[in-house]
Amino acid sequence: MHEVDMTKCLILSMEEWAEKKNKEKIIVEKINLKIGEFTCVEPISLINTFNAAVLGSWLDSSEIKIETIPFEGKCSKCNRSYFPKKENGYKSPCCNFNLEEIISGRELKIASIDFKEK
Amino acid sequence: MHLPISDKIELNILHQNSHQAYKNKVKLNNYNLLCLNIMSSPGAGKTRLLELTLEDLSKEFQSAVLEGDMTTNLDATRLEKLNIPVVPITTGRACHLDANMVNGGLKLLEKKINPDLLDILLVENVGNLVCPAEFEIGEHFKVALLSITEGEDKPLKYPIMFREADLILITKVDLLPYLNFDINELKSNITSTNPNADVIEISSITKSGFNLWQDWISKKILKFKNK
Repeated sequence: MHEVDMTKCLILSMEEWAEKKNKEKIIVEKINLKIGEFTCVEPISLINTFNAAVLGSWLDSSEIKIETIPFEGKCSKCNRSYFPKKENGYKSPCCNFNLEEIISGRELKIASIDFKEK
Repeated sequence: MHLPISDKIELNILHQNSHQAYKNKVKLNNYNLLCLNIMSSPGAGKTRLLELTLEDLSKEFQSAVLEGDMTTNLDATRLEKLNIPVVPITTGRACHLDANMVNGGLKLLEKKINPDLLDILLVENVGNLVCPAEFEIGEHFKVALLSITEGEDKPLKYPIMFREADLILITKVDLLPYLNFDINELKSNITSTNPNADVIEISSITKSGFNLWQDWISKKILKFKNK
């Protein structure tokens, strides 16, 4: 259940962010995350874990929204981008080259936070 | 009540862990102490590998171990018999070591020995292929073990572990004659997932490959010390 530790890190980051905003005077409505497909995070598990972890806390009314970022690589032979598939050993479909460069899909980001002032 | 405000922060979710990992690395660098994060599934042979490795390594280098385990100290007890400093880290429910746990382990290690006297710190992570590679601990290199009994497809099924590894040790190769296992297919899957990783075939029974593994470690230590 690594989503528990991800959630713990997320809440700590939120605490750090809120301290700069004067936590008592704001209500967080939405936490917008960008989660890459090439990470170990299962979005539904992260949302469920977060919802359970913040019950009764200052983040109780906040919602997690996840934008999934596609796993995209770049063929090191012809420089074309492609979507690596495990069925194909992540090789480029154009030149059958190994996955050298990952363009996207490793993101584990808090993109933005939507909040209101009380 | 005011209108909603959107604050774009673009911050890594694991920022807290990464920050602590950075502090651990600074500390290790100050001690001139190379750190390897050893990862694999449960039963791939991490502890046995460390037992045999440390027997030989101790002739040339001063070593210590941080031993991650979910619920017991069994592995730490095995390694303590080698008369090297071993700090057990019991992770409880957590299926991986994180930077805070390793920070705690480093503090306990400092009470056992002056880390300035050490050359290498081997951190045995919790047996799990899914997430340990996602949590930095301050290591200089990641080493992933994959035993041949696990199947040729594991680099494709657990790509993050094998993508992040600097060295992949294919373990238990003494069992090759008894298994219907295609080592070339495994190597091809490793190369597909991580073309830049070093790969060594190794057996803790016959000790084949141990010279290459010891050589890999020695070179890394010497390069690190002379940086």
